[in-house]
Amino acid sequence: MGKRLVVNHRWCKGCGICVAFCPKEVLAMKNDKIQIADESKCIRCGQCELRCPDYAIFLEDVINKTTEEAQ
Amino acid sequence: MSTEKPSALISKYLRTQHLPHIWCPGCGHGILMRDVAKAIDNLKIDNDNVCLVSGIGCSSRIAGYMDFNTIHTTHGRAIAFATGIKLAKPEMTVIVVAGDGDISAIGGNHLIHAARRNIDLTVVVFNNDIYGMTGGQYSPTTPKGELGTTAPYGNIDRPFDISALAKGAGATYVARGTAYHAVQTIKMIQDGISHKGFALIDCISACPTYYGRKNKKGGAVEMMKWQQANGVSVEKAAGMTAEELAGKLVIGKLHQEMGVPEFTEEYQRIIDRFTVGG
Repeated sequence: MGKRLVVNHRWCKGCGICVAFCPKEVLAMKNDKIQIADESKCIRCGQCELRCPDYAIFLEDVINKTTEEAQ
Repeated sequence: MSTEKPSALISKYLRTQHLPHIWCPGCGHGILMRDVAKAIDNLKIDNDNVCLVSGIGCSSRIAGYMDFNTIHTTHGRAIAFATGIKLAKPEMTVIVVAGDGDISAIGGNHLIHAARRNIDLTVVVFNNDIYGMTGGQYSPTTPKGELGTTAPYGNIDRPFDISALAKGAGATYVARGTAYHAVQTIKMIQDGISHKGFALIDCISACPTYYGRKNKKGGAVEMMKWQQANGVSVEKAAGMTAEELAGKLVIGKLHQEMGVPEFTEEYQRIIDRFTVGG
């Protein structure tokens, strides 16, 4: 079972905490909302999910899907 | 990848129809609410066996968001309501979430006496050093010299150390976490819930809107980085001098005392003495 990074733009308030604490510079801000700039760098550490005050970014379990579909 | 669905953890423990919550962008309370959910999840306690009690203030809005038995009570009185709930249902996990002003000013007396009684409650303080909801007035934990809307020339009071206050009053589990130190704080909340007796976890939150802006601490990111840079573990702090520890946040389990009689059990013994056949 793999994990993929997902963003709920509707809940994002643009505080920037996830961008600041992402160790791999996966994330960026665009129009005051979080964007996944480069998912290929993501190491699924979950630092963003741990500190997002609005539950707008998290690692989702991917069940029965190929890696390609998960991207 | 974009989604409109919340994570499994959030779906299980939060009333998602009320999200996004009202807390400001970057407010530490959202992080701490997830910590409470994760702690319950790690302990595998059924939602229906948890009662979450809150008072008044930004943090106390949590009673509306979390999907347990919840009660949003009057200012400072969450512990009083929680005491009644725990006595009626001692088998239930009763958690109080309160702000620094709610718990140590308005409800200060309830705090010290619940600690003295060693009643099996877990109090999670969302401590942001200010009254956020009402507009940034200084609270009992605002550091000396800092600004609030009611302290335009700097706060002249010495702040309460809520952890030390709880320990002094007889709490048998005391820990300090922060919004930044989420992994450790989740563990502390778990240990506080598992501890039989009065547990208090003083969680340093961040109020970028009032405290941060008034005191030029930067935004949410800068306030979190401050916690990261100034949090010192209990183990490391043991080898540091008072001067070295000035302005630092000592993080971790600060106190635990086992074997102290617990209030609801003591109360039950009295009931048993007067119960026919008991």
